[in-house]
Amino acid sequence: MSLTLTLQTPPTVPLEAEVLSPARLAGLSARDAAKLSVIHGNQRADLGEFFQIGDTADGELHLTGDLTRVKLIGAGMAEGRVVVHGPAGMHVGAGMTGGEIVVEGDAGDWVGLEMSGGRIVVKGNAGHMVGGAPRGGSAGMRGGEIIVLGNVGNETGNGMRRGLIAIGGDAGDFAGVNAIAGTVVVLGQIGWRAGAGMKRASIVSMHPAELLPTFTYDCTYAPLFLRLYLRHLRGLGLAVADAQVNGLYQRWSGDGVELNRGEVLLFQSADGAREG
Amino acid sequence: MLVQGVLIDDTFAEAFTMRVARLVITARTPRWAREAALKLTGFATSVIGCKCEAGIERELSEGETPDARPGTSVLFFTMDKESLPPQLISRIGQTVLTCPTTACFDGLPDVPDRLPVGKALRAFGDGFQVSKVVGERRFWRIPVMEGEFLVAETFGMQKGVGGGNFLILAEHADAALGAAEAAVAAIARQPGVILPFPGGVVRSGSKVGSKRYKKMVATTNDAFCPTLRGVTESQLPAGVNSVLEIVLDGTDAPAIEGAMREGIRAACRPGVKVITAGNYGGKLGPHHFHLRRIMNGAAGPA
Repeated sequence: MSLTLTLQTPPTVPLEAEVLSPARLAGLSARDAAKLSVIHGNQRADLGEFFQIGDTADGELHLTGDLTRVKLIGAGMAEGRVVVHGPAGMHVGAGMTGGEIVVEGDAGDWVGLEMSGGRIVVKGNAGHMVGGAPRGGSAGMRGGEIIVLGNVGNETGNGMRRGLIAIGGDAGDFAGVNAIAGTVVVLGQIGWRAGAGMKRASIVSMHPAELLPTFTYDCTYAPLFLRLYLRHLRGLGLAVADAQVNGLYQRWSGDGVELNRGEVLLFQSADGAREG
Repeated sequence: MLVQGVLIDDTFAEAFTMRVARLVITARTPRWAREAALKLTGFATSVIGCKCEAGIERELSEGETPDARPGTSVLFFTMDKESLPPQLISRIGQTVLTCPTTACFDGLPDVPDRLPVGKALRAFGDGFQVSKVVGERRFWRIPVMEGEFLVAETFGMQKGVGGGNFLILAEHADAALGAAEAAVAAIARQPGVILPFPGGVVRSGSKVGSKRYKKMVATTNDAFCPTLRGVTESQLPAGVNSVLEIVLDGTDAPAIEGAMREGIRAACRPGVKVITAGNYGGKLGPHHFHLRRIMNGAAGPA
């Protein structure tokens, strides 16, 4: 049986609600759940002051209403499922290690901040720093998957160490900046300076991109591993074309100012079937 | 018991517990997947001399492989878990990695016992290799002159059964060969089974040890050699002038049983007098496949 929480009193300032995760609400009565602490601005408050809470949950949590100002939904969750039927605020799934979060609307900045497992699917747009490191932090996401069907802001995958970020729409500037490893796939347009300062990561763009001069052209080929990723992403709802699965990609190595073991793959044509 | 006029001997095949891995080799075309599989499974007829047994399980369509390319499924057997990884590492490294357009995937992804095969092969990349995790699986991209070789980091290993067999006793060599070919064709449609010998057929069945040479582990099965009928304790009925054997390895006993049933049924044709099986008196192998029970469709081996 799933649990539904409906936002009845929209917060006037950001509401930090780490308690909105399946494990924190499991087995609690509606009365006990309503007493869980949240931070409204700089004030402690009860969850029940904002949400109408349904029956007890068994691992799946549904949140309804305009949660644009509700932060940290699903933070630290290790299992279960959260569905946000509308927009979500910043830090969705921060530090999560497992389970799945689905945001039916848009999501704020830092989706999947420092996550290490599980999957986040945003069906709308997402803000800056998707899967990125916090300011001052050394690494971004360490595992898991973030799928955004719409557009994202700047610095997607900033400092990411492992995992997969896939963007169905456009990505802003500095995608994969300072990435240590991991993979960023952008089906739409990609902004300037992709991969700046990256060490080992892979950035895939389905459109031409102007790369930094510290990236070096290697070859044009059909990377087999990308077939696996793109078929996987297609199964998760992204509109991946057959031409992209079978196509040829330019491979650029970089960033030369770092280890130079990363790569940017730029889709070139659908002629992969003729290549080795 | 008679099947299409052929006597089914009241005996059993004696088989052993082995360790098995399933490899899925894909390539640009079915031809190149098969080329790699043929090299990979070359000289892998018997653990007696090859230290492993391997064969092609079946061809795979584009819809059945991880990368949506045509492929070939291969089963690989060794007697113990320790000897399987080095065989896989050396053979994949020399035959699949080297073959144009191929990739090598794990065909037992849900098996908990994992062998770090791709993890070892990655060293060929000399530090330029890259790992990628897709879903829950890690793969290694190894740069090669053609482009990249993609291999699963680990391969599943489980218990299997090796040494299922039956012997075709025929009036003459052509009849034995025709029956054996029919049996191989029938078994080729069965899942979870391979026939490790050339064309799936053995002409030189063996017995344990030697009557004359102490160092020989296995020597000719003189009791079934037609040319020795007059000089040894022959087990050949009158009128039998040629014998061929079908040896089967499978992922489990039911797979072997089903394949034996189909193979024996196909082998029962004119010119064949008896179908029998090889065993060691039931003292060595834990799996006993009773021919008559199998042909009656009875439950698994005793």
